[in-house]
Amino acid sequence: MDQLDFSKIDWSEMATASGDTLQMMGFSTLFTFLIGLPLGILLYTFSKSNAPVLIWIYRVLSFIVNIVRSVPFIILIIALIPFTRMIMGVSSGVEGTIPPLVIGAAPFFARLVETALREVDRGVIEASYAMGASTVQVIRKVLLPESLPGLIAGMTITAVTLVSYTAMSGMIGGGGLGDLAIRYGYYRYETEVMIISVFFMVVLVQVLQMLGDRLVIYFTRK
Amino acid sequence: MIELKQITKIYGNKKKRTTALSGLNLKVEKGEIFGVIGHSGAGKSTLIRCINLLERPSEGEVWVGGIELTGLGKRELQQQRRKIGMIFQHFNLLSSATVYDNVAFPLTLIGIPKNQIRKKVDELLSLVGLEDHRSKYPAQLSGGQKQRVGIARALASDPDVLLCDEATSALDPQTTDSILKLLLDINKRFGLTILLITHEMHVIQSICDRVAVIHEGGIVEEGPVTEVFLKPQHTVTREFINRDASGAEGEDGLHLAASVPRPTWAKLVRITFLGAKTYESVLSQVVRETGVHFAILQGTISTIKDVPYGKLTVSFEGDSGQVEQTLALLKERELDVEVIG
Repeated sequence: MDQLDFSKIDWSEMATASGDTLQMMGFSTLFTFLIGLPLGILLYTFSKSNAPVLIWIYRVLSFIVNIVRSVPFIILIIALIPFTRMIMGVSSGVEGTIPPLVIGAAPFFARLVETALREVDRGVIEASYAMGASTVQVIRKVLLPESLPGLIAGMTITAVTLVSYTAMSGMIGGGGLGDLAIRYGYYRYETEVMIISVFFMVVLVQVLQMLGDRLVIYFTRK
Repeated sequence: MIELKQITKIYGNKKKRTTALSGLNLKVEKGEIFGVIGHSGAGKSTLIRCINLLERPSEGEVWVGGIELTGLGKRELQQQRRKIGMIFQHFNLLSSATVYDNVAFPLTLIGIPKNQIRKKVDELLSLVGLEDHRSKYPAQLSGGQKQRVGIARALASDPDVLLCDEATSALDPQTTDSILKLLLDINKRFGLTILLITHEMHVIQSICDRVAVIHEGGIVEEGPVTEVFLKPQHTVTREFINRDASGAEGEDGLHLAASVPRPTWAKLVRITFLGAKTYESVLSQVVRETGVHFAILQGTISTIKDVPYGKLTVSFEGDSGQVEQTLALLKERELDVEVIG
């Protein structure tokens, strides 16, 4: 490897890869949010419950969440291939990547949601019940608005994690910037492609983190 | 208005049980301000939380406004809770909502139309003097202002009862007084029944009509504040009153009195008087008549709610006939006289 020659780079391929990464990240973040938020709320509510049945459900849910979180993502992708094929019709490409991404990230986000909800002042919740609020009202009108900064911070961390997960999905032909970096940059010694791919991912992560931080500050009233 | 019957609350499981309340009875009449005073751990927090069932009593009945709450279903309980306002030591406001939205909160729970909410909230904000702070967030307010928001919020659903859980304990003395004044004003204006718990005798003395002293999960003394305050029966009650009066221990100046050398024929007497008599020259008239001399060893002249009272520890000097006559005359003038040494 003498000099880096960036003129060799196939920019249209780079653009496709960038688009793929954004798509994977976007859709998986969306579905992770849609699945993880209710799951996190359930974890929180069940853990606070007095009913023995719900506490048992909490333990089971919590155990499942822990299992999914402890399996390395790369293994999860492979283990989920049949499942992915069942619901998406394919097990590779951008579509094929989204289910494992969501299943890998949703329990993670759910835990962050649970933690954010726990941070809400107990007194405020008690006051709401004293005013005659139902549990659903407490969740919608108290827990979620009060923990909004924490939820946004959690979503930011999750989105950033998903960016790095998309890189691994190259394993099942998912495409995207990470895939490009590994295939060209690492296997074919085209260092330039690797540098540019990684650079784009760094920019993406920076933007996500900055956006998240701004929103957190905007919504913090304390 | 509020009646607790044989309330027992036990915390914990089979291994470790703590009894917070044991067989407690309490009755609060409509329109009065009732104070419960006790040390921390005496069970007063549990007591007030049992009234709106934030804590469910292990045994006993909770009656508020003629309805027994422990037997109600979830929905009915939520309905009834709207008639029971509550304010807290740490205010418990929504930090993510403005002053306006905090006060509107209980109304949005019921689903009242926006324009009606606006009217009600405007009214309440002017009642508590926060019209200019409607768009601020709680973090931008002082402690006293936060408690005013708490009060406005508690009043939003037109409750019959207001529960105050150590509502002034986190405030400085001046702010405490302004909040107490506001509570008294609300009580008079709307005839709202107020039950408050506190560990400060000052609060009881300022606004309460009746008081109960709670100790180790039970009520040890109860009655009109003037009565309990001037003639405390239980040691816990005495502790509260003396600590508040002198800022230090000292059994009504008795230690002080005992340490002062005085003639053996002198009589140590505690005189208590209440109402208009506080400002009359009874004592000086009586001693002029009987010719005894006296020294005041300790004394307080103050008010309980709006009622003036005085409490003096006096040493009378004279021959025993004169002293007896003095005491008789004082009693004749309806002062409360107690010979203590």
